[in-house]
Amino acid sequence: MFKTFLSAFTSPKAAPWLVTAGFFLVWELGCLLFHVDRFILPRPSEIAVQIVKQHEAIALNSFQTFYTTMLGFAVAVAVGLFLGLLVGASPKIYKGLYPLMVGLNSVPKVAIVPILVIWFGIGTVPAILTAFVISFFPIMVNVATGLATIEPELNDVLRALGASKWQILRKIGLPRSLPYFFASLKVAISLAFVGSVVAETVASDRGIGYLMMAASARFDVPLVFAGLVVIALMGVIMYELFAYIERRMTFWATRSQNPTI
Amino acid sequence: MPDVMLVNKPATTLTANGDGMPALVELQAATLKYGQGTLALSETDMRIGDGEFVAVVGPSGCGKSSLLKLVSGLHLPRTGNVRVQGQDVKGPIGICGMAFQNSNLLPWRTTLENVLLPLEIVEPYASTFRRNKLDYEARAKKLLKAVGLEGFDEKYPWELSGGMQQRTSLCRALIHNPRMLLLDEPFGALDAFTREDLWGVLQTLYLDQKPTVILVTHDLREAVYLADTIYVFSPRPGRIVSRTDVPFERPRSLPMTYQPDFVEMVQHLRDSITHS
Ligand SMILES: Nc1ncnc2c1ncn2[C@@H]1O[C@H](COP(=O)(O)OP(=O)(O)OP(=O)(O)O)[C@@H](O)[C@H]1O
Ligand SMILES: [Mg+2]
Repeated sequence: MFKTFLSAFTSPKAAPWLVTAGFFLVWELGCLLFHVDRFILPRPSEIAVQIVKQHEAIALNSFQTFYTTMLGFAVAVAVGLFLGLLVGASPKIYKGLYPLMVGLNSVPKVAIVPILVIWFGIGTVPAILTAFVISFFPIMVNVATGLATIEPELNDVLRALGASKWQILRKIGLPRSLPYFFASLKVAISLAFVGSVVAETVASDRGIGYLMMAASARFDVPLVFAGLVVIALMGVIMYELFAYIERRMTFWATRSQNPTI
Repeated sequence: MPDVMLVNKPATTLTANGDGMPALVELQAATLKYGQGTLALSETDMRIGDGEFVAVVGPSGCGKSSLLKLVSGLHLPRTGNVRVQGQDVKGPIGICGMAFQNSNLLPWRTTLENVLLPLEIVEPYASTFRRNKLDYEARAKKLLKAVGLEGFDEKYPWELSGGMQQRTSLCRALIHNPRMLLLDEPFGALDAFTREDLWGVLQTLYLDQKPTVILVTHDLREAVYLADTIYVFSPRPGRIVSRTDVPFERPRSLPMTYQPDFVEMVQHLRDSITHS
């Protein structure tokens, strides 16, 4: 009995659920034990109550955040893929673009939000753009890496057959960079949420970021945390979705070394 | 049976590149240099007849792989000439099949799809690939069967052993009936048994299709077993130190490789390398 309990605990399927549940449990008990003020750190149960109570506002604003994030992310995928292919396929473009790209990526993305506000005003557009700017870089770098690290001998096999650059790209370059691409999507989607929420806190009258700012102005700390929980939840779901797609699309890259049991 | 095949005929009568015949590949004082520095191949002259099986041996770094790059048109000579089918080589010539020490199979394609790859690129197959796909698949399966891989066509390369991957790589090099087969130590990473097994496979495929073959190898027994002509290269910068005709009749067999005149030839090559 104890043994089965233990094995359930250590089974890889149950582990994430148990660890997450444990995290909230420790949080809840810790707050109770040390009499932590709900204005400092609300208990998970208080946050849950707030989520239920405010579900309309939360749903409305999280939909807004979700939609700006996905729009920004979609543009990031398109631009990142395009630039990645361009940069990876041509060493010249790689050399030319590299310093600029690294420079741009070193700029803290929060710093560009005020500029976006000057250009586009308060609202949805700065959030979309921030999500895009923050998340396209890893996609570009990964796709370029996948292309640039093709084994030279493999290239030779195709070139000796008289294959054009385009044929080599299609037959080898693209499939080979797919695992890199999907791996980058998981990172990029998380970053996109960071970007849109950060922009919403400063430059929007809608979205989870805005909701949290408004709540903290009213000292509604449980609602602030409710916002955090909702963002985390959306992040986890999207991450898992892309991890699933990755496993489906590039099984050959993550092939198991162990014989199936 | 080996006795009959071991009759040591005068070398000249058996050379496949009989000097009157037009050569398929001709190198005239060809040199290859990488960047400003390394001279990989110096003033090499070579004539390879249509259907001739050539083996190239020599110390590591002497420019054997570079020679294959020259012949296939992947690199151009710094000075001198490389001619294939009477034409100066100006870029990849597109009539080669290639195989290397690593099988270089595509992990996202099944064995069958890997073998079919050249047909998706080389004309006249590429433009009719969709229409004739079934024919081509049948052909690939026949080839896979010939190398002992029947029933493995739906497996992925990473589900095959090293030797099986190398067999697949051979099939991929041969599927489009190339006029020329360039092999760069294709059996180098394999164990002795598998290697000798694949000599037989390669010999069968060669006798079947009669392409012109250039085989780079470090294994002198392999060279004598398979080739019509063996070129020995000097240490870098590579140049030809000797050219040996192999008189033994085909098909050659493994027991033959232990016969005195076979062993003697290997010995002789061995000496010419150490003294070069
Ligand atoms: N891409 C390259 N750039 C610069 N130098 C190179 C390059 N490829 C080969 N070389 C040099 O050219 C020389 C010949 O190389 P090559 O690969 O032809 O030798 P090899 O005879 O095939 O050697 P091995 O038996 O070890 O495979 C070597 O000295 C090597 O350093
Ligand atoms: Mg080599």
